[in-house]
Amino acid sequence: MSKIAIWDRNAETMRRADIRALQLERLKHLVGYCINNVPFYYERLTKAGVTAEKIKTLSDVQYIPFTTKDDLRDHYPFGLFAVPMQKIARIHASSGTTGKPTVVGYTKNDLENWAQMVARITTAAGADDHTIVQIAFGYGMFTGALGLHYGLEKIGAAVVPCSSGNTEKQLMFMRDFKTNALVATPSYALYMAECAKESGYPMEQYHLRLGLLGSEGCTPEMRDRIEQGWGMFVTDNYGLSEVCGPGMSGECQLRCGLHINEDHFLCETINPQTLEVLPVGETGELVVTTLTKEAIPLLRYRTKDITKITEEPCACGRTTARMDKIKGRSDDMLKIRGVNVFPSQVESALVGMQKIGPHYQLIVRREGFADTLEVKVELVDGSVLEKFAELEAVQNEIKNRLRTVLGLSVKVTLAEPKSLERFTGKARRVIDLRNEH
Amino acid sequence: MIIKQLSIFVENKAGRMAEVTQILASNNIDIRALSIADTTDYGILRLIVNNPQKALDALKTASITVTLTGVIAIAIPDHPGGLARAIKVLSDRQISIEYMYAFLNPNNATAFVILRVEDNEKALQALQDGNIRIMKESEIYEI
Repeated sequence: MSKIAIWDRNAETMRRADIRALQLERLKHLVGYCINNVPFYYERLTKAGVTAEKIKTLSDVQYIPFTTKDDLRDHYPFGLFAVPMQKIARIHASSGTTGKPTVVGYTKNDLENWAQMVARITTAAGADDHTIVQIAFGYGMFTGALGLHYGLEKIGAAVVPCSSGNTEKQLMFMRDFKTNALVATPSYALYMAECAKESGYPMEQYHLRLGLLGSEGCTPEMRDRIEQGWGMFVTDNYGLSEVCGPGMSGECQLRCGLHINEDHFLCETINPQTLEVLPVGETGELVVTTLTKEAIPLLRYRTKDITKITEEPCACGRTTARMDKIKGRSDDMLKIRGVNVFPSQVESALVGMQKIGPHYQLIVRREGFADTLEVKVELVDGSVLEKFAELEAVQNEIKNRLRTVLGLSVKVTLAEPKSLERFTGKARRVIDLRNEH
Repeated sequence: MIIKQLSIFVENKAGRMAEVTQILASNNIDIRALSIADTTDYGILRLIVNNPQKALDALKTASITVTLTGVIAIAIPDHPGGLARAIKVLSDRQISIEYMYAFLNPNNATAFVILRVEDNEKALQALQDGNIRIMKESEIYEI
């Protein structure tokens, strides 16, 4: 590994005590700012008896009520904005697959902070001014593409705004531009590798060295598969559009958690059922307070993402707290016969297996009063077709692995290669049929 | 004396057999013998064709899970006891058969039997010693 580069040494290697002090100062200011500029927060905080003066220590954040995605939807489109439209420089919105989209705004300062945060995490991942990066996130209302775009421009990378889809053309640009870094969802990066192998050009014509993957979860096993497919180093980054977009946190080259930009965000984990705050280091739902956002500040936003936070120092020299890769979403979590199942657990059980492909689908049904889970995988190794016993052995191996990981017995179905759906954006791998009649 | 057989993974859904056979047809492949074994969700289609390598390549290009297996083809007289005698030759030497399928040669009173056994060499020796006629690759492909 080359010498460790740090984009903003000041912010990223601050002493822990100084980080805490800065967060407290910003939190106090933020509470006052929200009360004075957002009627919704004025009402909520007054009701809860919270004022800026009552915030004495960082742990006083627990007295502030949570903000949820529903609060954003209920105030569609601009109800939670803290500044008049003259101050707004850009508007993004979430995909809104369920209900109204959630709309977020940015002032000029917000955009500058965002680009700086992305500059930090992409530098931490290993990008610099030699980087030629293809952005294969969908451009448009989604924060992913433009978020990475401006941060990567800031560090001097050459940005190729390909957007998602049209894979053949993406691959052509990759070969011809000698693209050495890729921004994409893990599932699209994997699909592109499959297409590259089939397109008939030797893999030596591709020069990818660094993957900046995000916007959906990626298990270490899936990451290995992508790295093998492309021969590149893959890093994970995190952010959600409600609090800014990608750039909230990202892995450094040591890949031992995602460094959080703590001067801009205060992170907590809570028990999603009881809502109580968990001690640092315990796994729970991530809750984020935006410390510097001007356009749409959020207090204790419930991300629904499950992770844990560590404040242990990192060997890279950064002092910022790190969060684990997202384990799953509290609302993606499937409850099957009383057992909590995260799709990511299924993925990590499957991805290491050689005889099957990396794509999978989960189908949940209710038969009588019992829930059943079916896992569909693609059989790619023809050598097991000699005997039914060998095919059954593959099915049983998958069943056993899943039983070990999930504590559940599942039905395993073998499907033909390429028969399961591929995704160019976020993957949707769960089909829950329990509410259908 | 080992014949190449294609084993193809086919999901149980409408149109899959049509798709597979169409790929073979458009590559000008003649099917000599066919057997399919199925479960609730999928089946394994086993084929003897006139050009196994070409068929394998065509199917793989179409992203179909397929493999080539070595099997034995024997010719037996088409009358009662013909098959029984051949099988006894194998069972006398404790050679068990994984699966088999047969087809008639319309040109003469002979039946061809495709045998999949654990150990091809051992089985070939037994059949030879028992005076069972073993088919050559060329004979099968050119029927």
